[in-house]
Amino acid sequence: MTQRPSQGEAPLAIELRGISKAFGPVQANKDISIQVKRGTIHGIIGENGAGKSTLMSILYGFYKADAGEIYIGGRPTPIPDSQAAIDAGIGMVFQHFKLVQPFTVLENVILGAEDGKLLKPSLAKARKLLTDLAREYELDVDPDAVVEDLNVGLQQRVEILKALYREADILILDEPTGVLTPAEADHLFRILKGLRDQGKTIILITHKLREIMEITDTVSVMRRGEMTATVKTAETSPEQLAELMVGRKVLLRVDKTPAQPKETVLEVRGLRVIDDQGVERLRGIDLDIRAGEVLGIAGVSGNGQSELLEVLGGYRKAEGTIRMNGQEIALTGSASDARMRRMQGIAHVPEDRQREGLIMEFRAWENVGFGYHREERFGSGLFMDNTALRTDCEGKMARFDVRPPDPNLAAKSFSGGNQQKIVLAREIERDPDLLLIGQPTRGVDIGAIEFIHKQVVALRDKGKAILLVSVELDEIMALSDRIAVMFDGRIMGERLPSETDANELGLLMAGMTGKPVAAE
Amino acid sequence: MTDALPKWADILLIPLINLILALVVSGLVVALIGKDPFEALSILVTGAVGSAYGWGYTLFYATNFIFTGLGVAVAFHARLFNIGGEGQAALGGLGCALVLLYLPLPHWSLAIIAASLGAALFGAAWAAIPAYLQAKRGSHIVITTIMFNFIASALMVYLLSRVLIVPGAGGSPETARFVESVHLPNAYDVLPWMGFSRSTPLNVSFLLAIAACVFVWVLIWRTRLGYEIRAFGQSEPAALYGGISSVRIIMIAMLISGALIGLMAINSVMGEAERLVIDPVQGAGFVGIAVALMGRSHPVGVFLAALLFGALYQGGGELTFEMNGMTREIILVIQALVILFTGALDNMVRAPVERAFLSARKRPRAPLPTNPVEPGGHSDEKKVEP
Repeated sequence: MTQRPSQGEAPLAIELRGISKAFGPVQANKDISIQVKRGTIHGIIGENGAGKSTLMSILYGFYKADAGEIYIGGRPTPIPDSQAAIDAGIGMVFQHFKLVQPFTVLENVILGAEDGKLLKPSLAKARKLLTDLAREYELDVDPDAVVEDLNVGLQQRVEILKALYREADILILDEPTGVLTPAEADHLFRILKGLRDQGKTIILITHKLREIMEITDTVSVMRRGEMTATVKTAETSPEQLAELMVGRKVLLRVDKTPAQPKETVLEVRGLRVIDDQGVERLRGIDLDIRAGEVLGIAGVSGNGQSELLEVLGGYRKAEGTIRMNGQEIALTGSASDARMRRMQGIAHVPEDRQREGLIMEFRAWENVGFGYHREERFGSGLFMDNTALRTDCEGKMARFDVRPPDPNLAAKSFSGGNQQKIVLAREIERDPDLLLIGQPTRGVDIGAIEFIHKQVVALRDKGKAILLVSVELDEIMALSDRIAVMFDGRIMGERLPSETDANELGLLMAGMTGKPVAAE
Repeated sequence: MTDALPKWADILLIPLINLILALVVSGLVVALIGKDPFEALSILVTGAVGSAYGWGYTLFYATNFIFTGLGVAVAFHARLFNIGGEGQAALGGLGCALVLLYLPLPHWSLAIIAASLGAALFGAAWAAIPAYLQAKRGSHIVITTIMFNFIASALMVYLLSRVLIVPGAGGSPETARFVESVHLPNAYDVLPWMGFSRSTPLNVSFLLAIAACVFVWVLIWRTRLGYEIRAFGQSEPAALYGGISSVRIIMIAMLISGALIGLMAINSVMGEAERLVIDPVQGAGFVGIAVALMGRSHPVGVFLAALLFGALYQGGGELTFEMNGMTREIILVIQALVILFTGALDNMVRAPVERAFLSARKRPRAPLPTNPVEPGGHSDEKKVEP
């Protein structure tokens, strides 16, 4: 790698002084100062909405700070746009990759950084560099593979390669492990450590305490737009970090008693789904869920969990049989199926609350009836009873501690956790026999996670059946009474949480069935 | 930011600023061709609203635009871009004319009901085919509706020159006049003391247009169907999850849209021309798009925007008469500028106005030592989409 001319051997890679940024009335960043030493992995942790992404967007030139200064390598460096950030040696790996799907790896790497009008010299140069990087940092990717054929772990490597090709000395990664299997995450961490040992500086944004503890050297905690603390990772604990993030003591475990499963509520046999492209998404799923238990479905996202939820929720066509309380239910995927499901006692908190669970432009009160808007309680005949909806919404907001408790606010104005509480209130209070719940705490702050988990356990204790789909292994382990692991449209196996561990589940999630080979 | 603006600013202030900008630029255009923009503006305003005569035409045009604007607005709520207003209104005219020509209707009050049914039915039917193609086959409604405008136009030419033409009556492509008994009372008949002339085109269908506004408001904001239309329009994935049938919503929204647009014929065909002529729509279908955009798809907004465009039509017409060198084309430029500023360039004005409102709201808080962040309220992280 070409070494950037060092500026007086300043030990600091980045220093931010007094950065402030407001969006309208919301102060996203408040007088933030932070120092990141060269050659370290620096974690930034905070709840959703704490201002982490805003801060990084300022550093990468997407937003202009209202106040404050950025020093790169000891020199004041204004960053008006992302080109300036790249010139300053900053590379960013976004949560949602910015890759051109039908292009090859090589083409993606040089995109926007071509040396001349002709592609060939750039491609040749990139190819050589890629081979070198692969050797050095375990960053192997086939340069000629088309990006859309690569799995997410490899696509992420392409993003890192892109940054390194642009001679980044400082690499920012925004929630990099959200889409990875545990094994892929481990691999990523090895790559990052390798980069650090070569003198690169890495900033890791995450909300996962475990990752912070595992890989960072220093960690900064953000809360409500402020930097509340910067500590050495070796001198802190997950409990302390959680407290710094939330501002109060948080229970990291879920308190629950052993399940008392009763009769079978849902019976799934030979469920198959073939999508519009003719790809088989579910390849014969068999499942039973009983009253009073939580069945957790673990797996890396994209292995059929979403399709399973959609079939059960009544809006995806499938083959096979499903019995709900002994009655066979229709699998045509038409709109009437989705309505029938609700009458048959199936409630559904969808994985993507902003796309499916809520109408973001609708006010909170309009959302609390969504899906149930044809029921008698919300109107008569052709007409909606908006007053009934408003009253219902006020009650739900009080019982589920939605903040701010204003039914007239649009759904998009609430934070992730409060949005989820609105969906949860709507679905749980319908008093279903079976609750489908997908990614219940994705994009939800720690304080709300605790609340949501409690609600799920309480519903189980009321004797309801719960199907939980989550990519967060910790969440699956904490909430489930039984765990089924999905891979490539199949159930790879079922385990009891007490008799398994993250290692075994990780192997199942990667599609390996046999007994795990003893590592040591 | 959500809810950055109070409702009145959203519905009135911003369109007003847009309008003023459009007029300023129009003034520059007028000055550029060597005319006095202030004189032009004065003629335009006087011509539109300076006399009962002017008001008669302004409100007559506005009535057309209310119907087409409402139709486009209903489709907008389902996120369907119905630009087939020209064709649907023409077919509405056909439905209206057929009813009035071939049904023995003793009195205008019965006739307006029957003709409304005919016009709405034909307008809806013309919208039904693109709607079905969109709902079932995914053919984009913008493409199909605009193609149906051309088909409608050809169909009307054929029918009026070959089928419905009155033999030996001078050979102009139009139907026979409707009988005297179905003549709609105009503003002169209803409000004789207001100074409208005997031949004013403003007629009772203006009241029908107001009723249509009320109907659309109730439909969109008070019925389960309206709720489903809006939900579908805001988020198709959510509609799927919520058990709302996309086929049903697309069909129903487009049928209602086509029916409302078809009703325009009650004003233009039954109320004014009293026969079906070759182009009964005169661009009102397209103006309806601008009206719906400017009126934010809200019936009150549509009503006000229709008034504005009615005034522009009428005032613009006067301008071509009164001022030498103000050709029809210049009037079109002015109307286009209004559409450009109120529809397409809306965000140009919106962003600074929102900022002004926010800073005005924030200022009183500034002296506080800490800057309060709303508890658990707005998510302050923005998604970065460069």
